[in-house]
Amino acid sequence: MTDSKYFTTTKKGEIFELKAELNSDKKEKKKEAVKKVIASMTVGKDVSALFPDVVNCMQTDNLELKKLVYLYLMNYAKSQPDMAIMAVNTFVKDCEDPNPLIRALAVRTMGCIRVDKITEYLCEPLRKCLKDEDPYVRKTAAVCVAKLHDINAQLVEDQGFLDTLKDLISDSNPMVVANAVAALSEIAESHPSSNLLDLNPQSINKLLTALNECTEWGQIFILDCLANYTPKDDREAQSICERVTPRLSHANSAVVLSAVKVLMKFMEMLSKDLDYYGTLLKKLAPPLVTLLSAEPELQYVALRNINLIVQKRPEILKHEMKVFFVKYNDPIYVKLEKLDIMIRLASQANIAQVLAELKEYATEVDVDFVRKAVRAIGRCAIKVEQSAERCVSTLLDLIQTKVNYVVQEAIVVIKDIFRKYPNKYESVIATLCENLDSLDEPEARAAMIWIVGEYAERIDNADELLESFLEGFHDESTQVQLQLLTAIVKLFLKKPTETQELVQQVLSLATQDSDNPDLRDRGYIYWRLLSTDPVAAKEVVLAEKPLISEETDLIEPTLLDELICYIGTLASVYHKPPSAFVEGGRGVVHKSLPPRTASSESAESPETAPTGAPPGEQPDVIPAQGDLLGDLLNLDLGPPVSGPPLATSSVQMGAVDLLGGGLDSLIGGTNFVAPPTAAVPANLGAPIGSGLSDLFDLTSGVGTLSGSYVAPKAVWLPAMKAKGLEISGTFTRQVGSISMDLQLTNKALQVMTDFAIQFNRNSFGLAPAAPLQVHAPLSPNQTVEISLPLSTVGSVMKMEPLNNLQVAVKNNIDVFYFSTLYPLHILFVEDGKMDRQMFLATWKDIPNENEAQFQIRDCPLNAGEDSEPPTPAPRLYPGPCTDWGLPRPCDPTEAASSKLQSSNIFTVAKRNVEGQDMLYQSLKLTNGIWVLAELRIQPGNPSCTLSLKCRAPEVSQHVYQAYETILKN
Amino acid sequence: MIGGLFIYNHKGEVLISRVYRDDIGRNAVDAFRVNVIHARQQVRSPVTNIARTSFFHVKRSNIWLAAVTKQNVNAAMVFEFLYKMCDVMAAYFGKISEENIKNNFVLIYELLDEILDFGYPQNSETGALKTFITQQGIKSQHQTKEEQSQITSQVTGQIGWRREGIKYRRNELFLDVLESVNLLMSPQGQVLSAHVSGRVVMKSYLSGMPECKFGMNDKIVIEKQGKGIADETSKSGKQSIAIDDCTFHQCVRLSKFDSERSISFIPPDGEFELMRYRTTKDIILPFRVIPLVREVGRTKLEVKVVIKSNFKPSLLAQKIEVRIPTPLNTSGVQVICMKGKAKYKASENAIVWKIKRMAGMKESQISAEIELLPTNDKKKWARPPISMNFEVPFAPSGLKVRYLKVFEPKLNYSDHDVIKWVRYIGRSGIYETRC
Repeated sequence: MTDSKYFTTTKKGEIFELKAELNSDKKEKKKEAVKKVIASMTVGKDVSALFPDVVNCMQTDNLELKKLVYLYLMNYAKSQPDMAIMAVNTFVKDCEDPNPLIRALAVRTMGCIRVDKITEYLCEPLRKCLKDEDPYVRKTAAVCVAKLHDINAQLVEDQGFLDTLKDLISDSNPMVVANAVAALSEIAESHPSSNLLDLNPQSINKLLTALNECTEWGQIFILDCLANYTPKDDREAQSICERVTPRLSHANSAVVLSAVKVLMKFMEMLSKDLDYYGTLLKKLAPPLVTLLSAEPELQYVALRNINLIVQKRPEILKHEMKVFFVKYNDPIYVKLEKLDIMIRLASQANIAQVLAELKEYATEVDVDFVRKAVRAIGRCAIKVEQSAERCVSTLLDLIQTKVNYVVQEAIVVIKDIFRKYPNKYESVIATLCENLDSLDEPEARAAMIWIVGEYAERIDNADELLESFLEGFHDESTQVQLQLLTAIVKLFLKKPTETQELVQQVLSLATQDSDNPDLRDRGYIYWRLLSTDPVAAKEVVLAEKPLISEETDLIEPTLLDELICYIGTLASVYHKPPSAFVEGGRGVVHKSLPPRTASSESAESPETAPTGAPPGEQPDVIPAQGDLLGDLLNLDLGPPVSGPPLATSSVQMGAVDLLGGGLDSLIGGTNFVAPPTAAVPANLGAPIGSGLSDLFDLTSGVGTLSGSYVAPKAVWLPAMKAKGLEISGTFTRQVGSISMDLQLTNKALQVMTDFAIQFNRNSFGLAPAAPLQVHAPLSPNQTVEISLPLSTVGSVMKMEPLNNLQVAVKNNIDVFYFSTLYPLHILFVEDGKMDRQMFLATWKDIPNENEAQFQIRDCPLNAGEDSEPPTPAPRLYPGPCTDWGLPRPCDPTEAASSKLQSSNIFTVAKRNVEGQDMLYQSLKLTNGIWVLAELRIQPGNPSCTLSLKCRAPEVSQHVYQAYETILKN
Repeated sequence: MIGGLFIYNHKGEVLISRVYRDDIGRNAVDAFRVNVIHARQQVRSPVTNIARTSFFHVKRSNIWLAAVTKQNVNAAMVFEFLYKMCDVMAAYFGKISEENIKNNFVLIYELLDEILDFGYPQNSETGALKTFITQQGIKSQHQTKEEQSQITSQVTGQIGWRREGIKYRRNELFLDVLESVNLLMSPQGQVLSAHVSGRVVMKSYLSGMPECKFGMNDKIVIEKQGKGIADETSKSGKQSIAIDDCTFHQCVRLSKFDSERSISFIPPDGEFELMRYRTTKDIILPFRVIPLVREVGRTKLEVKVVIKSNFKPSLLAQKIEVRIPTPLNTSGVQVICMKGKAKYKASENAIVWKIKRMAGMKESQISAEIELLPTNDKKKWARPPISMNFEVPFAPSGLKVRYLKVFEPKLNYSDHDVIKWVRYIGRSGIYETRC
């Protein structure tokens, strides 16, 4: 008899039947019934209705039946918490059972039942089990503490389980030690600040001893824990390394990789002069190579890690090129990774072999792989100068195969080779031109067009070639259109006589018939340049291009260092920090390599130095910690006004301490200096002194470029409520100064004089920087416009909403109160651009719960016909910029970026992921709060997604509103 | 850590589902099915991230095993665990198939409960597990207290892989040196890459807790031992070999290997893999393949392949198979071979040439004419490499077992009483010649 019969399909009344069987007197029948229940549960049927009946079977001597019931309980207890209580007694009893296997089973299962009431009963048995005489029970109890911590962290701390767990690190049994280490490491991760593991030379010694004795899994836990330790000096680092190296011979790849992690990390502290350093380097290579004979899935993990290791310390594997040669039967994921590493290891010494291999791969079947192989040939040419010629001839051979995607890929890389070695390989252009018709991918077409434009003077029929592309101009992708525009302009500048017609044609296509603002803008710029100053145009368009560098897809040094700390883990497989794919606070602690000891710094040889800045130079992350606003509030600068609150009749809002009686003194305030000439004309829309201004007006897409967006004036204080005084206004920010533009209208019948203004304390300390200057008395029906300069050094009080500003205005008639909301972008300061490294570090540093996400709908710069809902894309971080070769065409993101920049929102980095553009931006508020943003724009989709990260999450909502206002205007 | 473990059949139906962590919802089971098992394209990575949940999978025949997590777990460990899980299941009920899994699902749940606790792998040695997780229900009722504590100390102990009190009337052990030799050769006969990956598998039937010491002709050891051995090695002719790297079963004391390069251990009972190693230097390539492919016009190919055996004439290679790929548009094949049998297999797009036995220092040849259908396909035939399979009764790396000493201080048998058998088998791994 077998168990598979339990999987047979459902029939009606099954639950009822099962119920009867569960309550049967016969033991065998009961067991059968429970098995059926578990089978149903596995295939996803809901059998929670049988809860009481199944729990009734729990009291049994039959261990197999007991385990089945426990399994059921773990699955359904949460949905039936009240009934789960029924099980408690049995659990407590089982924890006292003479059989250690049953004691362990009970404590193990109890920890898996996430019901508060059960948890309460768990504490006592757990305490006993942690001190059980049997190691099997202790090792189970150790893990149970981690389970309990996951359910109720406070309880674990209150009950003192953490201390007991720490004691278990000194247990005599290696497996207990390993599990205690695993549990402590996990708990420590959710308390980054606590010194829970308290690693010191003594405890490290204990761990290293246990390492020799415990199971393979235990060794992994211990090694992963060791990797978090920072030795106090290089001597300690070396002695730990010495004791860890034997693990490199373990049959379990995970043990090997974890050992590699420890070594890679601690090596950082060793001086390169040390003999031991060299020995260690030599010892690392063989085990890494051995990993490649593991099963394919492990090979993949190993290769992803080797990719990191090769970037960090190229010297380890520099002689091992051959082992990365692709085997015909390797799974595709292994092939692609091997190829990547081959390119990284390519050098003058081995380039001949590598090229021969790559050529072989270029004839394989898998399209992705072939493309990557072709691309790799190009990268070799760029990386190893001596091989460039051979690479080019190999690429030409491949082009002769006429396999469409091979040809296209080859052309794309040849363009890069031209960028790297200008004026060297133009002889191949003729061959390239033969394949013009077969190019159907935008990237290849764009590359070809670039080549034609760049070398127009040497291609006799360049104009014909480009003209042929022009026919279907509107059907091309933006990338090709932009490239074509530039190429024809280049052609025109080189051969002005024959190509005038062509250039006019393309300019009119770009400026008049296109909906794409980037294309239009570029068209206009060229047009104007050409018509006003052809010499300047030549200098701009035909400027010498910077050479492209060889290492283009290296992981940024800080990220690389962090990933080295995560060798063997998912982060190293994804090449992303854990915060990119782990939710919540767990595992997002930023890790970095230990600083190198001083003696080694100078010994660094230039040959091996280029990877990674010394970790000591890592930028400090933004100064403020915790709730900045809170800090500011406590700061309380001491208000300049100290009199009793002024109780006035016409209070419009419930502000009690609005004005601290200083108003009168203000009115008579002759001691105030007149405001500097900061008064800005009300129409701030016009950009200042820019020769390009009319050009941009032409394009009509982008309005103000040189100052923050200014909202139209709104009525703040209607005349009815202020005895005839109407105030409307808006806020502006111009070149670093904030001002409040007011328009005062006298709708009363009497003359108004003696104006004064004062602000209540507010969230950002906004205060008038000068008194309100109304020079002449305001006669009836007269309007005056005033710009009031503001400072942000006033006293601070958190307002609700945050950007609320309460204002009091006084004139000879009365005091009036009103409140208004100011747009947050007036507070964005000019030096709000963070550098990329710092951005990256800060982004990681800010906890995920501080992240807020918003949708900006109907964003005009991105309007298109089809508006699909935005698809969630995997979050990526500003990583290495891979756009080498052609200058990247500008696109809607460009417009957004410049628009935002004019309001002091700065783009730090940009990348394109699966057709979406991601802008990484930073801004700083006047009070020093940094806000980091990720703006995701999908071409053709009018909505964009904005993610904000800030240490003071309260501001996010308002920053989002600012974004929306800026982008939509 | 591992948040859950699922087993699916080829259709994507769940056979086993065990969730260890609260952050894994029930929809995770379906997410993997929809995004990976039912995905149209070929699997592009063994690790898949779906909605911030990572899935690791391996396939055994048509069964999918998937581990799922939301944390930054040790990825290498997860895969090692999945393989181990397969081994454990295979040790309990043989082949991993849908039927076997369904037939043993209660057992599998029990195993999963034991070897993975809150997502942390625990002792997963079958030797230890079989003492208390059995297929015939649990014998816990009948266990004495001593037996129970013996089980627990074994499961958690330093020597988790062996239990005390094993007794054999005849103490016997078998050592198999199994090597697979890998080659990639250019059409011109240049070795592009070659390596041997070898395993030493031990089958031991020894009483008590025997302390074993294994020795082989490892270059480093022999050089260390210095002149004393020098005469012996010069006599035996074959020198020591250079081992690039080796890994050991967890019973081997790694720190001792690191310091003295001696391999000492207490073996598990029965069969286990003592060590794996890799060599790349001075490999004896048992066969050489010399291909000659000529395209005669657009519709005909002439192929001639010569194989040469390169080892002592007194030895016999077995199960020789040469696989010559043919283009997809092959319409007919004529084959002539001097030895063995050759057949064109249309379904595999290859000519398969089989020879039962072949002595050393011999040569054999096959020639074939391949008729092709004319095609418009611009794409050239990729010319996959010619691959070869064989088995030879020696170790292509040159590895020799020098000794395996057994000490059991408590029982009264000595090293001399143990009957020892050593066997060498060299097999082809990926043995390819490009053409």
